[in-house]
Amino acid sequence: MKQELDFSTSGETLTLNVSGDFVSYDNEELKSRLYATAEDNNIQCISVDAQKLGQWDSTFAVIIFELKKIALKHRKTFKTLNFPQNLERLINLAFSVDRKPAQPETSSGNFFEKIGAWGINLWSSVDKGLNFIKKSGSSFFRSVTGRSFMRSIDLSFAFEDCTYKALPIVSLISFMVGLILAFVGAVQLKTFGAQIYVASLVTIGMTRIMGAIMTGIIMAGRTGASYAATIGTMQVNEEVDALKTMGVNPIDFLVSPRMIALVVTMPLLTMWSDFMGMLGGGFVGVTMLGIPFQKYWELSIDAISLDNFLVGIFHGLVFGIVIAICGCYYGIFCGRNADSVGSATTKAVVSAIVWMIVMTGIITVCCEVLGI
Amino acid sequence: MSTEVQIEAKNLTIGYGDYVLIKDMNFTINKGDIFIIMGGSGCGKSSLLRVMTGLVAPLKGNIFVDGTNFTSASAATKDKIMQKNGILYQSGALFSSMTLAENIAMPLQLYTKYSASQIKELVSLKLALVGLTGFEDYYPSEISGGMKKRAGLARALALDPETVYFDEPSAGLDPVSSKLLDDLILEINHSLGTTIVIVTHELSSIFAVGNNSIFLDGASKSILARGNPRDLLQNPPNDTIFEFLTRGEGKNAQKTK
Ligand SMILES: Nc1ncnc2c1ncn2[C@@H]1O[C@H](COP(=O)(O)OP(=O)(O)OP(=O)(O)O)[C@@H](O)[C@H]1O
Ligand SMILES: [Mg+2]
Repeated sequence: MKQELDFSTSGETLTLNVSGDFVSYDNEELKSRLYATAEDNNIQCISVDAQKLGQWDSTFAVIIFELKKIALKHRKTFKTLNFPQNLERLINLAFSVDRKPAQPETSSGNFFEKIGAWGINLWSSVDKGLNFIKKSGSSFFRSVTGRSFMRSIDLSFAFEDCTYKALPIVSLISFMVGLILAFVGAVQLKTFGAQIYVASLVTIGMTRIMGAIMTGIIMAGRTGASYAATIGTMQVNEEVDALKTMGVNPIDFLVSPRMIALVVTMPLLTMWSDFMGMLGGGFVGVTMLGIPFQKYWELSIDAISLDNFLVGIFHGLVFGIVIAICGCYYGIFCGRNADSVGSATTKAVVSAIVWMIVMTGIITVCCEVLGI
Repeated sequence: MSTEVQIEAKNLTIGYGDYVLIKDMNFTINKGDIFIIMGGSGCGKSSLLRVMTGLVAPLKGNIFVDGTNFTSASAATKDKIMQKNGILYQSGALFSSMTLAENIAMPLQLYTKYSASQIKELVSLKLALVGLTGFEDYYPSEISGGMKKRAGLARALALDPETVYFDEPSAGLDPVSSKLLDDLILEINHSLGTTIVIVTHELSSIFAVGNNSIFLDGASKSILARGNPRDLLQNPPNDTIFEFLTRGEGKNAQKTK
């Protein structure tokens, strides 16, 4: 049966006659005209007659719901005629919710108040972050000196995760980065006939910074994310609460083993990454430039300088700390639903990468000043 | 039963920041009581429990445990008091990376100097108490929700606590398991004399186990009623509590009178 939403006004009364089946009804244009008429100040009474109503679903109920809301808002009379009983009850049910969600009081405020609030917010989160770093730092030293409660199995799990489980991906990416560096360099250097310097280019690039950066980014995505997700899930499951009420410091128990694992393994992974990058360069050297591998490797080793190598390792160490802190911070301060675990993970990875770049900048400036 | 006071709240106001949930609460919990905290959803029952167990500081007021001011106590005193609490969280809150035995052993390893074999015996006793004998080496992910709660209870009982707190013990349990848990609570209370504090809306549990209670009301931010839940049902001090205790039938029942 064709549905019809037929409405007319006479004097102060809006009369709506519905007929037919209202299933998946979506005539937006007619609906908005109906609502506009109902809102009109001249209308004092809205009356709906459902005598000829056939089947209906929520798309029809919502029209009645909206009309009744308009009527209540503007204190108009709302009359229903010949309504099927279930529809009547549904509408009554919709209006019987008597409690509104309790809103924490928020001041809307003007522009300056907003800036002020934003500043206070920013400061409190900086404060929270610094506090966390301080706490995890002291917890780190306590655990290194064996004065905190930590399960050795957690530590070994953490180590497992950052060692052999991370090796394949670190190897692959580093090899590819070395290869790309060599390739891009070779194309340029060839024009001067200086392709022999590809070896030094790759070696210096990898050991000084690229090895550490690539390892850092991989570990942020792999391990940092998993820290945030694991600890965040424990927060959701009230496991962190259980730890606290048991008198266990969650930072000692959850953060320190992970931090120790990353601080120890990141420099090692960085070294491995340097090595794989040099191999990648060698691949290009041998296949594209026709340098014998023996020779290429000798050139590479010659290009290693202790300064560069140590600066690279230091980067790795700092990145390890950054990744552990970001991952654990967002895990510990994760909200209490599944949603917040997702956002904690994202934030952990993004902030770890941002902070790694910031730290690289700082270290580079320091090296410049110190003349390294 | 003795009437020594175990826990006392004085002018306790709870909330988060500027957001006050309940103002100026005063109540006492006697040793050996089964004390029920009831109230509508979102009125702050779990928050009150978090304050009582020392996870969150109250906005104002103090909690005294065994005569000691818990709220303003030093960290060391607080830790001591917290060791005498057992808590069963809504989800069980078992450590998912540990087996049940390891979960229950953890507080024992932390606070006692028992040998490994002693701990092992204690663990199997606690598991037997909650009817989970033989599940020592299961991980929390391998057991059902009801079993998780029972295992959580076993962990809560590990150190023979003076007070056990429960957050909605029957949530997510079928009626039979929920009844079994109630029986277990009564059993523990009778046999060990443990004081028990329960947050719940499960009416059958409230009447089955509770011998004292407070009713929190979110609208007036106060304690609306207190006392033995069965007495409250007999002589309801007001409509809200009558409605709550009769599953909302109260209002209608009165209308039809
Ligand atoms: N960490 C928090 N920060 C701010 N507000 C919170 C926090 N935790 C809870 N709340 C708010 O406090 C109120 C009470 O929460 P609480 O969990 O104590 O309620 P409840 O009485 O236990 O409810 P339910 O019966 O549904 O479990 C809620 O409105 C909630 O939004
Ligand atoms: Mg709750």
